[in-house]
Amino acid sequence: MRGVFDIVGPVMIGPSSSHTAGAVRLGLMAGKILGERAVKAGIQLHGSFARTGQGHGTDKALLAGIMGFLPDDERIRDAQALALQQGLEYSFQTVNFGDVHPNTVLLHLVGVSGRIVSVGGASIGGGNILITKINGYAVELTGEYPALLVLHRDRPGVILQVAGILARRGLNVAFMRVSRQARGQESLMIMEMDEALPAAVVDECCSYADIEQAMAIPAI
Amino acid sequence: MMTEFNTLAELMAQAAERKLPPYELVIRREMETRAVSRAAVWSAMQKNWRVMQAAMAKGLRSEERSLSGLTGGDAKRIFSRRQQGFLGEAALTAAARAVAVSEVNAAMGRIVACPTAGSCGIVPAVLQTAAEQRGSHEDEIVAALFMAAGIGMVVEQNACIAGAAGGCQAECGTAAGMAAGALVQLAGGAPPVICEGVALAMKNLLGLACDPVAGLVEVPCVKRNGFVAVHAMVAADMALAGVCSVIPVDEVIGAMQEIGRLMPAALRETAAGGLAVTPTAQAAARRIFGKSSCS
Ligand code: SF4
Repeated sequence: MRGVFDIVGPVMIGPSSSHTAGAVRLGLMAGKILGERAVKAGIQLHGSFARTGQGHGTDKALLAGIMGFLPDDERIRDAQALALQQGLEYSFQTVNFGDVHPNTVLLHLVGVSGRIVSVGGASIGGGNILITKINGYAVELTGEYPALLVLHRDRPGVILQVAGILARRGLNVAFMRVSRQARGQESLMIMEMDEALPAAVVDECCSYADIEQAMAIPAI
Repeated sequence: MMTEFNTLAELMAQAAERKLPPYELVIRREMETRAVSRAAVWSAMQKNWRVMQAAMAKGLRSEERSLSGLTGGDAKRIFSRRQQGFLGEAALTAAARAVAVSEVNAAMGRIVACPTAGSCGIVPAVLQTAAEQRGSHEDEIVAALFMAAGIGMVVEQNACIAGAAGGCQAECGTAAGMAAGALVQLAGGAPPVICEGVALAMKNLLGLACDPVAGLVEVPCVKRNGFVAVHAMVAADMALAGVCSVIPVDEVIGAMQEIGRLMPAALRETAAGGLAVTPTAQAAARRIFGKSSCS
């Protein structure tokens, strides 16, 4: 059974939990995965997001999320103007990704230091989301748990190294998934955690030769 | 002992056994499943109530139109007629407040989903109005909100609360049940009377379609919140007067699930049937979405 505040709640900016609140959370996750202030956002909308998004403020909601606003922030309605003020250049495009969830979006973000990420996901109802793609890797991330993302070479022992770093700090992994482009190439490991990740975990991951990049993403 | 209940009958039986009001069991279950204090659960609900109040106040003042231009300004109109209406002042005030919250939602304002964004006006409107009539303390309203939540949790567990799953009977119908149950509690009705209120309110909205114009949570949703608030007040009054539902509440919830399952997809939030495919609705959709793509 769901909790009290799933029924009387959440506090949100209307009009739609899937097309507005969920869209804010998708933008928020993309912004957190970028890890710095975004200066450019290319946003591709699929299905119902493309068709009815405008009437639901989906465009504003996504931009608001990228800027770090929460789903109950009253500035969401002014997100376009605020984006321009903050130097966030954006564009929207209608696309057809084929047989995916009707509320799917792919966000291409460029950060202030030139960092680039692409994050794809869907708003799956009641404000809940699922991130399904990060930089081309298939993932499954709900944003409900803090997560550790590790980009590494596909070699034996790397998973053990990361697991060791977490174990030494007594941090428990709730869910885990590894995906790769091709054998022996680059891989993406995602661990969803029971508690927030201290910054030292990321630093320690980066000190291993086979690990290219590590990132802690807070729960949203 | 972990607090758990799957039906309203179970909730009421446990409440009687443990000599506690049913809403208290709803609070305890939340404390146990999330390992948080009673004070934390209580103050979170109190915070939600204050957001609801702010939305009611804002919506009654505002004449702002929604993004689509389909709705806005009606709460104020209804409120200004509250003393001349066929219905008494309380009913029209509640209707105005429910429309107010719903208009705030449509205009990208801050609301509390209850149980959904589409049905967010009903519960706050009846509680604020009843609390004013009765001079209720804020704590009584917060307690009534926990009762409302418990009712919604049971409906979600055994049926559904999303228009896409079960039509509007699942959204506004559930909100009506939550509101009626909360009102009965506020008036001091015993747990079986709360169940009668929920049953009467939900039963009378069974079969209600979800056919929103242009797929937006506006038409018929905004005005429906006003109608359903009054509907919930009638159900609560009937229950408090001693009227009983021949079909017990948990069976009504089961019937709602069954009807939702039988309902064609065209009437479940897809905007492919009913009001949504009227010529006027289709022209509105073309006007709203015909503009160049997203900004
Ligand atoms: S008609 Fe549909 S969208 Fe509107 S309130 Fe009812 S269930 Fe929600």
